[in-house]
Amino acid sequence: MSYVLGWMTATTRPEHALQFLVVLIAAWVVLAPVGLLRPHSLHLVAHILFPLGAIVSAAVAMQAGIDLIAGPTPQTMILPLGLPDLPFHLRLDPLSAFFLLLLGAAGAGISIFSAGYFRVGEGSAPALHGLQYHVFLASMAVVILADDAYLFMVAWETMALSSYFLVTSQHRIPEIRRAGFLYLLMAHVGALCILLTFGVLQGGSWQFTFAAMRGASLTPFWATTAFTLALLGFGAKAGLVPLHVWLPEAHPAAPSPVSAMMSGLMLKTAIYGMLRTSFDLLHVQFWQWGAAMLALGLFSALFGAIFAAVQTDMKRLLAYSSIENIGLIFAAIGLSILFAASHMPLFAALALTAALLHALNHALFKSLLFLATGSVLHATQQRSLGKLGGLIRRMPWVAVLALVGTLAIAGLPPLNGFVSEWLLLQSFLFTPQLPHAFVNMLVPLGAAALALTVALAAYVMVKFYGIIFLGQPREANLSHAHDANKLERLGLGWLAAGCILLGVLPQLALRVAGPVTGQLLGKTVAPAVSLWRIAPVAPEQASYSGLIFLAGIVGVFGITFVLVRLIAHGRTRRTAPWDCGYPWQTARMQDTAEGFGQPIRHMFGAFFRMERDLPAPDDVAPRYRIHVEDRFWRTIYQPVARSVQRIADGISILQGGRLSVYLLYSFITLLVLLVFVL
Amino acid sequence: MLKSQLLAQLLKLLASGLLLISFAMLSRRRTQRLITLFAWQGAILFLSTSLVAWDAGLTELWYSAALTLLLKVMALPWILHRLIQKLGAQWDSEPLVNIPVTMLVGLVLVIFAFGLAQPISMMATTITRHTIGIALAVILLAFLMMITRRKAITQVIGFLAMENGLFFAATSATYGMPMVIELGIALDLLVAVFILGIFFFQIREQFDSLDLHHLESLREE
Repeated sequence: MSYVLGWMTATTRPEHALQFLVVLIAAWVVLAPVGLLRPHSLHLVAHILFPLGAIVSAAVAMQAGIDLIAGPTPQTMILPLGLPDLPFHLRLDPLSAFFLLLLGAAGAGISIFSAGYFRVGEGSAPALHGLQYHVFLASMAVVILADDAYLFMVAWETMALSSYFLVTSQHRIPEIRRAGFLYLLMAHVGALCILLTFGVLQGGSWQFTFAAMRGASLTPFWATTAFTLALLGFGAKAGLVPLHVWLPEAHPAAPSPVSAMMSGLMLKTAIYGMLRTSFDLLHVQFWQWGAAMLALGLFSALFGAIFAAVQTDMKRLLAYSSIENIGLIFAAIGLSILFAASHMPLFAALALTAALLHALNHALFKSLLFLATGSVLHATQQRSLGKLGGLIRRMPWVAVLALVGTLAIAGLPPLNGFVSEWLLLQSFLFTPQLPHAFVNMLVPLGAAALALTVALAAYVMVKFYGIIFLGQPREANLSHAHDANKLERLGLGWLAAGCILLGVLPQLALRVAGPVTGQLLGKTVAPAVSLWRIAPVAPEQASYSGLIFLAGIVGVFGITFVLVRLIAHGRTRRTAPWDCGYPWQTARMQDTAEGFGQPIRHMFGAFFRMERDLPAPDDVAPRYRIHVEDRFWRTIYQPVARSVQRIADGISILQGGRLSVYLLYSFITLLVLLVFVL
Repeated sequence: MLKSQLLAQLLKLLASGLLLISFAMLSRRRTQRLITLFAWQGAILFLSTSLVAWDAGLTELWYSAALTLLLKVMALPWILHRLIQKLGAQWDSEPLVNIPVTMLVGLVLVIFAFGLAQPISMMATTITRHTIGIALAVILLAFLMMITRRKAITQVIGFLAMENGLFFAATSATYGMPMVIELGIALDLLVAVFILGIFFFQIREQFDSLDLHHLESLREE
């Protein structure tokens, strides 16, 4: 025992951090195929492998956190794997430690939830879920630790493939296969762009380690090319508009823990990649990059929020909300680049801190909400908001924990979403000091767009929570809904606790984000003026204390509770609410998801392509149907798909079906080449 | 000096044997006979590679020769033999182009190959440089065989014969490829034969025949 403890303390010493992390990742890889020993045993996968995976996740988070707080120096390592002369390089620096912390913290909750979630007969065999799930986790960790383009791409593709198989777990359903294909296609287009980015970044040295890329000097043209390609590649993975189309298809198709992993964790690896290339490898050179990214990010955020407001499928709604949050993170990174390139490192650090915190927060609350939809889905077999309702009575645990996530994502204090959105707004307020007059004029517009987005996001969340959990059950079979099981509650509770902790004590998050901004920009936002409040730039300008908010809320709530108890004690009675004199009310006479989104649909009509079937006034069985579509489908994707189809049709003339003719093609090609070359 | 001249002559003899076998393969219609010819081709390849290895004193080439013996003289013919026993495909049907015309086209190809190989032979420094033309001809003839035959199994033999030609070309021009590549190719061949074997069964299952013109119906309209 003491030996084990000694080993534990030795491995958690900062100088061994990287080795310990490699051991943990290897543990995931080992856990992955164990389930295959008994492929149909749910017990083995659910009660042994997933909890063990969760413990490993928690250990990764702890190690990364210790490393960040102990103030690490970058550690490197060369793995004796890979091709001859092309070994795998690993590197642990504050940036990667921060994202590992994010991965481990949210991953632990998702793993525990998954232990209680997967059932026999839903999609692939449990063992396959276990395999793909742990490979997915391990590949994300390797993406974050990779220190050369080769390992990065290998891990990146492993990540895409393992998540593809997880998404298409119920591959017998055609829509799911279609969603999976779209996801795989976009993942590959993105990976291609990233590959080209690295090709440009090596700058003629043909060295593909990140160390060499840091030292490479690129002309402004090539640097901008690399940045654009990276923005396209990582943007496609993160779901930046207009490369977002796969997100609302793939997220609902996947089992809920997988949606949570993809939205909460995988999108963050794209953020990590973007930070790694633009700050670490390209050393932020031009403010125009930041301006472009800011514009794209804000547009994505607004677009995501508006589309989320009109969704009627709860998981699609959350997927659009992910687009919105990713947009906010990209906007914050763009702002940071803008400041950094204009030589204002402190403000750049503020914006970057906002981006990092929002990434961490989004990982927590979006995973929480996706998992909650998983519990609802299992309890009701329903994804459509129009057939849910009143679940707060049937599923009190899920309802309360989802409420925490809902409030956090809506950006209400004292939860974590507020902190990062507040920091982002703070950093917008410093833009008047930028030296570019034109940008100065436009950025306030951006701040307004941000405020609008955040408000819309809150609106969306009222809809999400209100339609699912409040009101009356819209369908009769909802009365059979059961609450989440213990493991699921534990997973949800872990993530909800994270949301509360980081909201009440944002100093912790600032403390771990500090080394990252220190590494990338050489500046750190004042971590904590005191224990109870944060003041990112100057305390006299703005400060926030989660504790005071919490105390205020608890105080008001407590006083109200006591007063109500004192005054109304013993005299409560339950009656039916006033029915406006109309006695034939049914549960369907509530506000619906469509109805709730209608004002938004009306106001932002230009964003949508709508098809509506309105019933005639004299219709006996009136049916109202509306189909809302993304304009990008028709303006970008369909023309591309059509031209690909046309080219393919032209080429298919060659496909006569006769094998000997095909062989003749190769033969003639060979002869022509031989003549041509020699 | 004498030894090396003798060796060179011997190698040329072996090379011409290889070419002869290629022509024989073009003209044969019995699958069983084709496999035997393929095994003979492998044997000649093994002999010539061993000779080159002995002459140049290259250990790697010895390995290649051993690999050739194991894979192309023993394993693959045996697997193919088992396959045709199981499939009952001893006879190929009438080739698409009749045999005399095929032979004439083959002749043209050999001349073409020799013409092409001339400049390469000038550059090469190996003892076997004069045989590059023959190697090229073997590749082209095997390809021709693949084009003119109807049955799936004959095409596989053609494919394997083509690889023999490639291997011979590599040893003649540069004393063989790096060991890694050679091992990779050997593995690929083995895998290809296995996969094609599975395909044969599937094709027969589907069409009750191994004749490839049935596959035309698979084309997407």
